[in-house]
Amino acid sequence: MSKEMVLVDDKGKRIDGRTSEESREIKIEAGVLKNADGSAYVEIGKNKVLAAVYGPRECHPRHLQNPTKAIVQCKYNMQAYSVDDRKRPGTDRRSIEISKIVSEALENVVLTGLYPRASIDVYIEILQANAGTRCAGLTAASVALADAGIPMKDIVASMAAGKADGHVLLDLNKEEDNFGEADVPMAIVPSTGEIVLLQMDGNMTREEFDRAIELGVGGCKKIYELQKDALKRRYSAEEAEEEDDSDEQ
Amino acid sequence: MSDISKRSPREVVVPGDVLDDGNMRAGENTYLLNGEIRAGILGVKRVRQNTVSVIPLGGRYMPETKDTVIGVIEDVGSSIWMVDIGAPYPAPLHVSEVPWKVAFGDTSKYLSVGDVVMLKILMVDESNKISMTMKDAGLRKLEGGRIVKISHTKVSRVIGKSGSMIQMIKNITDCRIFIGQNGTIWIDGEGVNADAAVEAIKMIDEETVKANLTERVKEFLENAIPQVEDDKEEGDE
Amino acid sequence: MSSKIISEIRRDYIVNQLKEGKRTDGRGLKDVREIKYEINLIETADGSAKVSYGDTTVIAGIKIMPGTPFADKPESGVLTTGAELIPLAHSSFESGPPGEDAIELARVVDRGIRESGMIDVDKLCITPGQEVWMCYVDIYVTDYDGNLFDACNLAAVLAIRNAVIPGKRYDKGDDVPLPVTCTPVSVTFAKIGNDLIVDPNFDEENIASARLTVTTDDNGNFRAMQKGGQGSISLDELSACLDMSVETGVEIRKIIE
Repeated sequence: MSKEMVLVDDKGKRIDGRTSEESREIKIEAGVLKNADGSAYVEIGKNKVLAAVYGPRECHPRHLQNPTKAIVQCKYNMQAYSVDDRKRPGTDRRSIEISKIVSEALENVVLTGLYPRASIDVYIEILQANAGTRCAGLTAASVALADAGIPMKDIVASMAAGKADGHVLLDLNKEEDNFGEADVPMAIVPSTGEIVLLQMDGNMTREEFDRAIELGVGGCKKIYELQKDALKRRYSAEEAEEEDDSDEQ
Repeated sequence: MSDISKRSPREVVVPGDVLDDGNMRAGENTYLLNGEIRAGILGVKRVRQNTVSVIPLGGRYMPETKDTVIGVIEDVGSSIWMVDIGAPYPAPLHVSEVPWKVAFGDTSKYLSVGDVVMLKILMVDESNKISMTMKDAGLRKLEGGRIVKISHTKVSRVIGKSGSMIQMIKNITDCRIFIGQNGTIWIDGEGVNADAAVEAIKMIDEETVKANLTERVKEFLENAIPQVEDDKEEGDE
Repeated sequence: MSSKIISEIRRDYIVNQLKEGKRTDGRGLKDVREIKYEINLIETADGSAKVSYGDTTVIAGIKIMPGTPFADKPESGVLTTGAELIPLAHSSFESGPPGEDAIELARVVDRGIRESGMIDVDKLCITPGQEVWMCYVDIYVTDYDGNLFDACNLAAVLAIRNAVIPGKRYDKGDDVPLPVTCTPVSVTFAKIGNDLIVDPNFDEENIASARLTVTTDDNGNFRAMQKGGQGSISLDELSACLDMSVETGVEIRKIIE
């Protein structure tokens, strides 16, 4: 499809007014569902994502049980009305791939050794999509895991970078993703800087890619602060605590 | 009437938060990274005698040996019952661990799906396999009364310091109350008194402000139950 | 809750409360929980709504696009309704294609909308015999605490009522509101012992012997009904439900005005 629009003007301004280094507006809430053990709602630009965690619990299907640790089973799903061209309900190959890489990212931080044979089930539902849904989903899933009281080393933060009109950009929107030249979703463990999710498609030079990583990691760190804030807000409104008030520990 | 000097601000920490730069000892639910002690769970930071730990705010109940738990029979096999105690693992009760002589296949004559039971955790092995027993004083099928489910992290608050909170609730409501470590609580009582006990326990589970909780629960109970305690005078608190 | 097993003690408590005309959450037998709703929350949908009945929450979205009409109705638009009990909503929901509960739910909601003629399908013709507007309603349960029928019905109805046909997008004229004729409202009853209660929560629904959903239109006429559960209802009980469903329908219509 030929590109009809200018995605980045000669002053470096993007079609939604952002500079190359700015992410879209982000909103994160923790503990939004009643039944799930942990949950989170995330908006990044026009993306709207809901994530829930159940577990640790008995592993189903049984043949996937691991005798030494828990497994993290993530299911990513786009709701039928979340995209312009209605998506037929049911799973598809793209969703299965995304589910896999998100599960793998989260397994890096969850202390799975504490729960042999169990499963930690993570569900990501995309209510409204506008590029970067897997990053938004992983961001939400991390918050939901922490909200569920799952023992974990850190919260995984995720954001994508990419390239459009020759410019390396942070957090592509839909138009930039559809008509641009490259997309690089990534996720890090903020305390160590390790990359736990990385994909790339398109065409980039080594310099462009390095710049994309730089922007992306910066974006992940920014979203990390919002993830932590969402969790702390959920449990704040606390006044002082009387020490030795109870026989805790 | 509260002792201000005993108060300290409650700090909610999330996984990955740095708790200390390594001078203190790493306690429960923490881990070391490059010499820094970090939180390994969502919870409240606690410092006790140079050890920093995190008290979890949520999470599933994980049984420990000798815990008393209250559960619901969710499945019946020929020589075993499966009990829902809210744990991450199946919790089986074997026929050899009940006070009756149960013939093979007769299990449902003694306990059926939906029955509420009070049990003790016998053992949790290295792969987290749970075994439970009903063969101990006080353990039995529970009938009548009310069941309340709270977060297992709030059980110690319901008990209170040296049992003060739960004793107060029992006294005012005149109900017997049995607390499962898994957060399921059985109130042996009926009517207004049992209702008040249930509400008081829910209050403790849901209240975010911990200050003066005992007094507020007491006040609630005294208003909810018709009879007033003999020794209560105006402005006694 | 890892299953739908209600303990004997809880069950007895619910039943005993009912004998005194009370329900465990303080409601009267005929009372509906607090209904909250939000419309047009999903921009990519042509109409959407999120509805809560107490702690039960569902989201419905409608997508409208050109498609081929059925051969026997060459000038009518087409309505398709789907529902999913996604595992997000309750520990007992499994992932995978819709099971019989989800399918029954979708078909009952669909029936109420279709039989009431809520969507004026005759006004959805683009080219007779060739192209008409297709309406896809998709409903997702995000939190389950009983009575999915009413919450899903209301969410679908609100999504439809606020829907816009995306004419410009498909080069078929302007964006116009989806033509809507009425507002079907469903009311669901659960039978516990000999008592009928309106808008059952999770516990009530799971100890009930039978369930009845009745959908009425703005004139108090009946458009759809569905009895569920392995128990039975007497003619008197049916009559009581029909009366209550009209009354409650009126109240709910006021809430969503």
